[in-house]
Amino acid sequence: MRLFANANYDFLGQRRWAYGISLAFSAIGLAVLLLVGVNYSVEFTGGTLIQVETQKPADVGALRNALQARGIENAEIQTFGTDREIVVRARVAREGTDANDTQATGDAVGQALDATLGAGTYRVLRTEAVGPKVGGELREQAVFAILMSFIAVLAYLAYRFEWRFGVAAIVATAHDVIAAIAFIGLARLEVSLFVVAGLLTIVGYSLNDTIVIFDRIRENLHRHKREGLETILNRSINETLPRTFFTGTTALGSLMALSVLGGDVVRPFALLMLFGVIVGTFSSIYIASPVLLWIETRWPGPDAHGHLGPKATAAPTGGSRKPQPVG
Amino acid sequence: MSIRNRLLMILGLVALSVFHLVPRDITVRERDLQTGVMSDRTEKKVPLKLGLDLQGGMHLALELDQAKQVSADPKRDLDLALTVLRKRIDEFGVSEPVVQKVGDERIVVELPGIDDPARAKAIVQRSAFLEFRITDETNALEKAIPGMDRVLRGLGVRGESPTSRPSAVEQLLGGDTASKRDTAAKKDSTAAKAPAAKPSAAKDSAPAAPADTAPVAGGVLAGLIQPSGGGGGSAPGEYMVPETAFPRVDSLLSIPTVARQLPRGLTLRWGSTPTSVGVESYRFLYALEDRPIITGSNLEDAQAQIDPLTNGPIVTFTLDRAGGRKFGEETGRHVGDFMAIVLDGRVQGRPPVIQSRIGRNGQITLSGRTLQEAQDLALTLKAGALPIPLRIVEERQVGPSLGEDAIRSGVVSGVIGTIFVVLVMVLYYRMAGALAVGALALYLLFTLGGLAMLDATLTLPGLAGLVLSIGIAVDANVLIFERIREELAAGKTVRLAMDEGFKHAMSAIIDSNVTTVLTALFLFQFGTGPVKGFAVTLILGTAASMVTAIFVTRTLFLIWLDRKPTMATLSI
Repeated sequence: MRLFANANYDFLGQRRWAYGISLAFSAIGLAVLLLVGVNYSVEFTGGTLIQVETQKPADVGALRNALQARGIENAEIQTFGTDREIVVRARVAREGTDANDTQATGDAVGQALDATLGAGTYRVLRTEAVGPKVGGELREQAVFAILMSFIAVLAYLAYRFEWRFGVAAIVATAHDVIAAIAFIGLARLEVSLFVVAGLLTIVGYSLNDTIVIFDRIRENLHRHKREGLETILNRSINETLPRTFFTGTTALGSLMALSVLGGDVVRPFALLMLFGVIVGTFSSIYIASPVLLWIETRWPGPDAHGHLGPKATAAPTGGSRKPQPVG
Repeated sequence: MSIRNRLLMILGLVALSVFHLVPRDITVRERDLQTGVMSDRTEKKVPLKLGLDLQGGMHLALELDQAKQVSADPKRDLDLALTVLRKRIDEFGVSEPVVQKVGDERIVVELPGIDDPARAKAIVQRSAFLEFRITDETNALEKAIPGMDRVLRGLGVRGESPTSRPSAVEQLLGGDTASKRDTAAKKDSTAAKAPAAKPSAAKDSAPAAPADTAPVAGGVLAGLIQPSGGGGGSAPGEYMVPETAFPRVDSLLSIPTVARQLPRGLTLRWGSTPTSVGVESYRFLYALEDRPIITGSNLEDAQAQIDPLTNGPIVTFTLDRAGGRKFGEETGRHVGDFMAIVLDGRVQGRPPVIQSRIGRNGQITLSGRTLQEAQDLALTLKAGALPIPLRIVEERQVGPSLGEDAIRSGVVSGVIGTIFVVLVMVLYYRMAGALAVGALALYLLFTLGGLAMLDATLTLPGLAGLVLSIGIAVDANVLIFERIREELAAGKTVRLAMDEGFKHAMSAIIDSNVTTVLTALFLFQFGTGPVKGFAVTLILGTAASMVTAIFVTRTLFLIWLDRKPTMATLSI
């Protein structure tokens, strides 16, 4: 069995469609984020999360009132899996307030739970309490980590390929990060450290995919010296299509298992990665290569030289080397 | 490299991984809850370190609480606090605890597997500042009260509290007098957690009435503070305040201009627990000498015991030589006086009379406490006092059951994901796919072995990363197989196609893995515990997948070809 053997799709010809879909999706997602706001986890905002298991289904309304009576406004109360497990998220109201915000918030939540559920009738499964200062630090570090990894990867790509490839790969990866952030907005995922880790993993996966295609482009540029650049790009994408599809499938399979069976803590990460694998595959075909084409047309590099001129794209005139039948 | 050498290398790697994963004896240090004796127990465990999110436990990040007490030298105080915490945690009896400084101003404490987080927090945060002070015998407070009331009248204090914010305790109690009575039966303000309304509220509010509508003539404090009245065992300098008025009086007395009415050399301290007198509940207030005769820094040892006479818990202590000498001198001078034992600013029990010169040994009686609390007190006293109170800036706590659930769902999704990958590989790539599956098994072994070897921690995100990496680990093999198929389609022989396939796929494999590792390194750099675990798994997994895809699969291919040298088509 061979899927996509001798595939010969005109991917680059459809690039405008791809741009459109991509732009529309990102615009809608980012608009949602701007309008509704990012759903940061308590790690980033500062605040307290308590997950408890109750003996009987809890009265969420009463709990909300009890929390408000203790000065905790806008607490989120959710059932988690079953209706006997609830999660309370109480965010610290103002950032930079000093003193024992974290502890005071935690204590108040504890009292509210005691008052509504009855002390000792519930079991605390998980607590996360983060001071606003720590939360702010983490947010800074997360942005820093994403930016730094971009720079490091760009440097590596510039070293291994030439800068035109590196820029194209980074553009595609930046596209994926933006699309993934848009997805976070549309799916209303809670942005935790774990989800940020997912974003960075998407950076890795998407680059991985792009590099495989670029590697093939680099090879084909040397092998098929008489073909036009657009033909080379299409050829390379088609040749690597079986691998792109297959690796995507196995990755998606693992991620499906994780999002269905991995539990509630893992699910946001798994869903984001599911999307990331899809968009990473999409972008290495429809974003990275078209951008490379655009850059090479404007500022031709040594590799692309000869593939751009009208002579090169014309039919080969009896060269001794015939294009090898590949794929 | 010959097939033989290749196999030897693989075997070596397998042996190394297995060696690091074989269950071994691990010593678990535990403290018996009844006797308080520490004992060591050994159990067999796979030496794979699990993160707190998987095995349950508590993570605390602490900073000096300079809002409560300003530190003159924060750097030194943090180091001192670190040493004190280490000692306390060692005594607490948790296996494999972590107490370390992070950055310049933070201490991280990790306690795996603890089941009583409130108690652990109390042990970490308790200042444990112990001092002995002689009670005032000059009735100074009684004499100062009229002056204090004058100041308060000047501030316009009638019925209302002068501070705009009610004190923390008042907030806790929510002004509900009925609940305050309940607290009286229990200890400390922590008992206020379970307020249960009682019908007797009206009667109880009687002692609180003067607090709300204080008569101007008598003064606010005069109506609330009364000498405990020389009864049996009561010390001079001991006063009583209705428990309901305790928060209010506390905030009034802490107004600087009011506090200045007290003569120099004296200081006020509250009792640690309310006391019932008849149906009412009172809180003792003590006027004490400013200068402690001795502090906990002279403590050498402390033990929790049950007092055979009262059957209540006590903490016996031994002072060091210098402390013993000083204590002996001071108590010798104060025979017949009363000595208050002050712990973290609260007087413990009622001050006993000094009957004779006391040497190096003494005891603290803890009425209404459990033995466990006495043990915790002994532990913190022995480890020493914190120089500055600590405040919790980050707390994560996962119950053991949740961790077990997380492991189970991680393993289940991993198994399902693996089955899917195995099926797809074998169906699509046939024999070659089966070889890749064999390499995948080694990949898992190497990754886990690597985690154990580096003593890295497997966290929940790490587990998820491992499941994800199973899907991605086959990528290198897929790259190679697709390349071999292309070469075969181009008409090359099996042997040549295989060599070319491995050769040409190499640059793509290396480039894509290097970028993955680069991003993972930044993740490791920024992440906290759980995310660090993810980054480590990702880095190890990438390395292991390169080794298995390039080296192990190739070796398996070589063996395969070796057995059927005449193979004209490849099952791929």
